[in-house]
Amino acid sequence: MKPTDISAPDYFHKVVDCQWACPAHTPVPEYIRLIAQGRYSDAYMINWKSNVFPGILGRTCDRPCEPACRRGRVEETPVAICRLKRVAADFKDDIKQRLPRPSPKNGKRIALVGGGPASLTVARDLAPLGYHCTVFDADPEAGGMMRTQIPKFRLPNSVIDEETGYILELGVEFKGGHRIESMKALLADKYDAIFVGSGAPRGRELDIPGRKEAAANIHIGIDWLSSVSFGHIDKIGKRVIVLGGGNTAMDCCRTARRLGGEDVKVIVRSGFEEMKASPWEKEDAIHEDIPILNFLVPVAFVHDNGKLTGVTFQKVRAEYDAKGRRNLVPSGEPDQTLECDDVLVAVGQENAFPWIERDCGIEFDKWNMPKVDPKTFVSTNPKVFFGGDAAFGPKNIIWAVAHGHDAALSIHRLLSGEDINERPLPEVHVTSQKMGIHEWSYDNDISPEKRFKVPHRDKVVALKDIRAEVELGYDVKLALGEAHRCLNCDVQTVFATSLCIECDACVDICPMDCITFTENGEEADLRQRLKAPSPHLNQDLYVSGDLKTGRVMVKDEDVCLHCGLCAERCPTGAWDMQKYLIDMTYAGSSCPTKSRSAA
Amino acid sequence: MTYIAKPKFHHPGLKKNELGYTHRDYEGKISTLCAGCGHDSITASIIEACYELSIEPHRVAKISGIGCSSKTPDYFLGNSHGFNSVHGRMPSVLTGANLANRDLIYLGVSGDGDSASIGFGQFAHSIRRAVNMTYIVENNGVYGLTKGQFSATADRGSKSKKGVTNTDNAIDLVAIALQLGATFVARSFSGDKTQLVPLIAAAIRHKGASFIDVISPCIAFNNHTGSTKSFDYVREHNDAVNRLDVLVGRDPISVDYAPGSVQVVEQHDGSKIALRKIDADYDPHDRLGAMTFLQKHAAKGQIVTGLLYVDPEADDLHEHLNTVETPLNTLEADDLCPGSAVLDKINASLR
Repeated sequence: MKPTDISAPDYFHKVVDCQWACPAHTPVPEYIRLIAQGRYSDAYMINWKSNVFPGILGRTCDRPCEPACRRGRVEETPVAICRLKRVAADFKDDIKQRLPRPSPKNGKRIALVGGGPASLTVARDLAPLGYHCTVFDADPEAGGMMRTQIPKFRLPNSVIDEETGYILELGVEFKGGHRIESMKALLADKYDAIFVGSGAPRGRELDIPGRKEAAANIHIGIDWLSSVSFGHIDKIGKRVIVLGGGNTAMDCCRTARRLGGEDVKVIVRSGFEEMKASPWEKEDAIHEDIPILNFLVPVAFVHDNGKLTGVTFQKVRAEYDAKGRRNLVPSGEPDQTLECDDVLVAVGQENAFPWIERDCGIEFDKWNMPKVDPKTFVSTNPKVFFGGDAAFGPKNIIWAVAHGHDAALSIHRLLSGEDINERPLPEVHVTSQKMGIHEWSYDNDISPEKRFKVPHRDKVVALKDIRAEVELGYDVKLALGEAHRCLNCDVQTVFATSLCIECDACVDICPMDCITFTENGEEADLRQRLKAPSPHLNQDLYVSGDLKTGRVMVKDEDVCLHCGLCAERCPTGAWDMQKYLIDMTYAGSSCPTKSRSAA
Repeated sequence: MTYIAKPKFHHPGLKKNELGYTHRDYEGKISTLCAGCGHDSITASIIEACYELSIEPHRVAKISGIGCSSKTPDYFLGNSHGFNSVHGRMPSVLTGANLANRDLIYLGVSGDGDSASIGFGQFAHSIRRAVNMTYIVENNGVYGLTKGQFSATADRGSKSKKGVTNTDNAIDLVAIALQLGATFVARSFSGDKTQLVPLIAAAIRHKGASFIDVISPCIAFNNHTGSTKSFDYVREHNDAVNRLDVLVGRDPISVDYAPGSVQVVEQHDGSKIALRKIDADYDPHDRLGAMTFLQKHAAKGQIVTGLLYVDPEADDLHEHLNTVETPLNTLEADDLCPGSAVLDKINASLR
């Protein structure tokens, strides 16, 4: 293998598994260290810059970072990254002074359709640069699905108000209760750019016999949730069946338990394990006495002259074909009818763009989705951009934020007369953490603690009040314990080939057997010759140049604890612990590629 | 010195030995030696050898004297018996312990000061008495704890860190051990674990006095130009006569070697050593030949390493003294005091 090029910004970025997995690339270990130091406001601002909604995401994020967390490969469970984010939001001081000031307008006008996370991120990035941003939303208040679809017992209004407020106070114009009905009309208003962040607002139908007749007691999940959110609905029957296995289904069933549902069941077609809902959301539902029944396909709504009485299910089992694809085939057992008073249908969401005329220069593909460039988020109309669920179908908040940042960068470059396809490289800082012979500016003592549980409100109390937040969040002590579990993966092991004397001290001390000195070879061959097995091929090997004996140093990044013992035991300083910090490129970031070429 | 304890986490894919232990289970406390010390690599090699042999840690007694090397038993086999004795007195304490309980595995760990200076006599007598032990000298040619004076194994003409030339002749512990009748004699290098680990394993399985001289560079005081015990010097002048694999309960034929290149030595306990010859003329069963070979190569400035001599049919001190097989601490009162009838018999035999 060739010596690893550690100057490539992506190499060390990949080692920080959580940050690499995060669509917005939030520098997770950096803010967790600040939490451990009690610097909650600083931790919050790092998040705010990167993911815009720390308090909201700290309660509701889909957390792609946690399955990626290195700690999950070292012991059973990853660091509770998401809930630590909430800690930063909960314990911060007043941070208003740290926010950007509304700046003098530059005369350019941006229309943002939809007031959800994608649009608000674009506005957050562009307003401080002087753009006049106008956000349109059919609902009276900003937040989009964060406000309408996520139940208040998971995400209180106060948190949404605060974090959407930080953005609107940057001088963003918000037009609530204003549904955009025509793209043509919007284009005619001569905005300099238009961003569509209108989400995936349509709940998928379940068109089986009895649907029309019993419609009075069959509700589409996301519509029902927003009606509950706005107070239009405040009760439901005692026996409720929720159809679907995603996170919306989990929100539906838990909401139903709070509105009078005593016998609430979730019923899914697939197996329990393959459900789309996050494991922790399933756990929370089960904790509230909601059974999840699997391998049942709904075939008919049963009703008595239009009054819903139950749902009939066909029993199925999973079969896998030669390609490993799953098919659900009837098990041959007789159909089962389960009685109920109400059904909530949460079997998926769809995009809907009835308001975009098909002849206004925005092309749609065969699935009726707009053609959007995945890098720049521009549509086939160079002034119209899409982001969030509106761009590529339903995902989640953190993806919407990531889209928003990229779209804002495109809009800024477009309106600055620059090529939107040229994306400036991120800025990278790598700094030694050495303070003394065996002292580092980070805490390198590895905590053996297991993941700390987030305290919950007593179930009896929680189920009585739909607005009572279930999770109480970590207190300072628990937060400190959990923060110490972080392995500081951003503090990188950096190897200097010319300094190494091949004394083996690093090999001997490494608790995880990450380091091997051996003859060089192709990657597949090298992986066979390492000190410990190397099963995760997506985890890179760090290979040195040729050493004096003709061998190379190979480090498998997979389960490195970043404890720094290799550097402590190295007599020549060939190993050093250096903190890697990457500043993603946002609209208005100075452009390091240009200054570099000028120098 | 490292302030934090070595984390308990280990690689999730670590192999376990027959006892269900990983090599991490054979570790001791974290080393307090200087960063990069060769002794830490010897520690790691002992850990690896004990892990590979599936040795139960509580069946090992590790005994040492004074010095950097003699601190190392604290860093391996944290669940074994240990005795950190007086300077140079490790061999006597080990001999005593061995006589009291022959069932344990005895690991004597010493240094060049401990064995070639203050304890030279002790070293000599434990070898000539054929105590069943593995005697490892961690040899850096320098008194590291007292800041780098030449030790008795420093080569004549080699230079100290300050540039002073050594005018005294060096003691070659391997030559002495051969002369005194050690039945397993080897030399190795802390920077070459592929050679060292099987040597330690074979020595542990050997019955009789096993002696291994391990050259172990002192990073702080003896790793400079002019030193003959530095990483660079040893790597340049290393003349390995053979490499070996220790085979316990395995058929050596199943191991893939070029034909004619392997010599299999079966030891007393049935374990086999597969010796891959590097120097085709070297015969590890020829004590006299080994001594000559060593001297010749030493004169050329070469450091001969590998298994230099082995007598697979050796016996030990217990056989020489015809001692009781049971460890003394498990002998019952009836065994120790067999009664007046037996006494009468003994007395009668002496009349």
